Amino acid sequence: MGLAAARALAPTLLVEEADFLADAAALTKLATWCDRFSPWVTPCGADGILLDVTGCAHLFGDEAALAAQAVERLARQGIEARAAIADTPGAAWAFSRFNGSCFGGSVAIVVPAGAARQALAALPVEALRLEPAIAALLVRLGLQHIGELYAVSRAALAARCGAGVALRLDQALGLAAEPLSPLPPQPLRWSRRSFAEPIATPEAIAAATSELLQHLSRRLGEDGMGARQLALALYRIDGRIERAAVGTAFPSRDTRHLWRLFEEKLPQIDPGLGIEDIMLTATRAEKLAPAQLGLAGEDGNDSADLAALIDRLTNRLGPRALARPVVRESHIPERAVRFVPPLERGAASATWDPARLRPIRLLPRPEPIEATAPVPDDPPLLFRWRQRAHRVRCSDGPERIAAEWWRARDQAETEPRDYYRVEDEAGGRFWLYRAGLYRPEAAPRWFLHGFFG
Amino acid sequence: MAVEVLKNARQVRLVELRHYLAAAEGLGQTAGSVLPFAIPAIDSALPWGGLPLAALHAVESAGAGKDGAAAMFLAGILARLAPARPVLWCLPQADLHAPGLALAGLAAARLLLVRVPQEREILWVLEEGLRSRALAAVVGEVDALSIAASRRLQLAAENSGVTAFVLQRSGEQAAAASAAVTRWRVAALPSAPAVGEPGIGQALWRVELLRCRGGMPAAWEVEACNAAGHVALSAALADRPAVRQLRAAG
Repeated sequence: MGLAAARALAPTLLVEEADFLADAAALTKLATWCDRFSPWVTPCGADGILLDVTGCAHLFGDEAALAAQAVERLARQGIEARAAIADTPGAAWAFSRFNGSCFGGSVAIVVPAGAARQALAALPVEALRLEPAIAALLVRLGLQHIGELYAVSRAALAARCGAGVALRLDQALGLAAEPLSPLPPQPLRWSRRSFAEPIATPEAIAAATSELLQHLSRRLGEDGMGARQLALALYRIDGRIERAAVGTAFPSRDTRHLWRLFEEKLPQIDPGLGIEDIMLTATRAEKLAPAQLGLAGEDGNDSADLAALIDRLTNRLGPRALARPVVRESHIPERAVRFVPPLERGAASATWDPARLRPIRLLPRPEPIEATAPVPDDPPLLFRWRQRAHRVRCSDGPERIAAEWWRARDQAETEPRDYYRVEDEAGGRFWLYRAGLYRPEAAPRWFLHGFFG
Repeated sequence: MAVEVLKNARQVRLVELRHYLAAAEGLGQTAGSVLPFAIPAIDSALPWGGLPLAALHAVESAGAGKDGAAAMFLAGILARLAPARPVLWCLPQADLHAPGLALAGLAAARLLLVRVPQEREILWVLEEGLRSRALAAVVGEVDALSIAASRRLQLAAENSGVTAFVLQRSGEQAAAASAAVTRWRVAALPSAPAVGEPGIGQALWRVELLRCRGGMPAAWEVEACNAAGHVALSAALADRPAVRQLRAAG
């Protein structure tokens, strides 16, 4: 039925264009996922994945258990899969697609070793991975099942239908070689160790962790990668899992540095009755070029040194404790400085105009003070802050700082401020401001905002 | 003549002893790295001819609650440290204002702020910072500094070559005994009156050298540091000979 005819029947029909490239990518991804069953995996055609499970089945019990588990785990992901295990790729292909016993639904079939020839005999010739035209020709010739081809001589087959049929038949029966190349294996970003006797002492856990770190760092080094995040999982014998994670600001595979990060975390691990299994995974890794080692003990790598320091501090104090101030173009004192993570790039400071005097200490929130000013527009003569009176000796100002009206959310933010530098009789220099414009009916409100040197 | 020779021999012996003591105190290896104030009166009061680097220094504030002068004095020193590596400043609350520091010559780009409320953690951060050679200096704002903590910091500073400063915002709790090589107290003084103008003139400080290893306490009145981080003996004050070079009581 054509699309137009289908639309005529059902006008609300949802049409989705086939995206073969995305399908192929998804299949490759699924093939990678299948590497838990066998290290030798490759996508096969547009709709299949081929696994060489030679020597893998015993890890799951037997071949039937392996196939059942694969199908079952795919089903849990919402994928309907048909699995077949046979002596040759050709036979497995045939049984996974043409075992006529059922249609739809997940199936797992195991053809015992050596039984492929007999089992294949009952399948239709299409199961030999033939082109549709060739398969149709064979059917027209009366050769409907694979078993019927066994008796026909290879020369006759090749003369009538081309070399393809004979080759496919031999491949399915294991008489001809069928070399296939697997996907490149996923790089291992983890390292694991099991203990015959559970460990529980802090020293043993530390030693095991440090050993895993060295192992993992070597693996990362081989790939030219560095870890940004590491997760340590300690499997306790009572079934609980203790975890510790560290992060770094720059990719790193420096065991000494990474070890110091973990050293902080290990005391929080509760080993319970003992730990039988320990696994370290680089959950995030990034490219890190091989480093040139310093000559004769010199280590002039300042930025790496700084990154290592920042990691140690962040690891213990949390990411919010560290910041680099960035001066930006804003007249509002609270907005003049932005705090960015210490190693963030591209956050350059604006240069500060030295004519605009600013205090060295700025109170996070301006504190209200009682001030006495002779004339509304004058600086105060006396002010009281935290129960102490300060008599003003001299002052500078005002510097009017208007609100950024495009940001203002409430009344207090839209008010302009008149800032004064004042000095008291003891020599303390303060930054005060009067909020809002002069209004005869309301008493002016004064605030203390900072201290000068 | 014989007396003269004896005198010379004693002087040579004294110099030798001083070198020996400096080496024993861990200051021998840093003999070359000194940050002078470029004011002869101050530099001559310090046995090293300036502020020795790779050592622990304590700066305390004279006024309670407002330590602008002490912080600015410290910022001026930090600004002049070369090479211009980052400065780790560890403080209990984030009230340090970067534009104000820039006025003392300390660029915001060189600052790495660490905000930690607990004093014990601040000391830990300082020690970690002193282990890293990527820094020019570390600054910690603490109220009390025990002798053990100060000794740890001094040793870490010697080993790494990074200079450590402890800023004690309220001078009241500052302990007399510590392993710091120098101990300063900075107080704001009423500003010099601007000639013929109202308003605040040149800011002045009273800088006291309370303790100094191998040196005598002293005090000076100076102009607050300029945009390059330099303090200066005020012109008006420098004219009055020997009046302002005070000896501190203890």
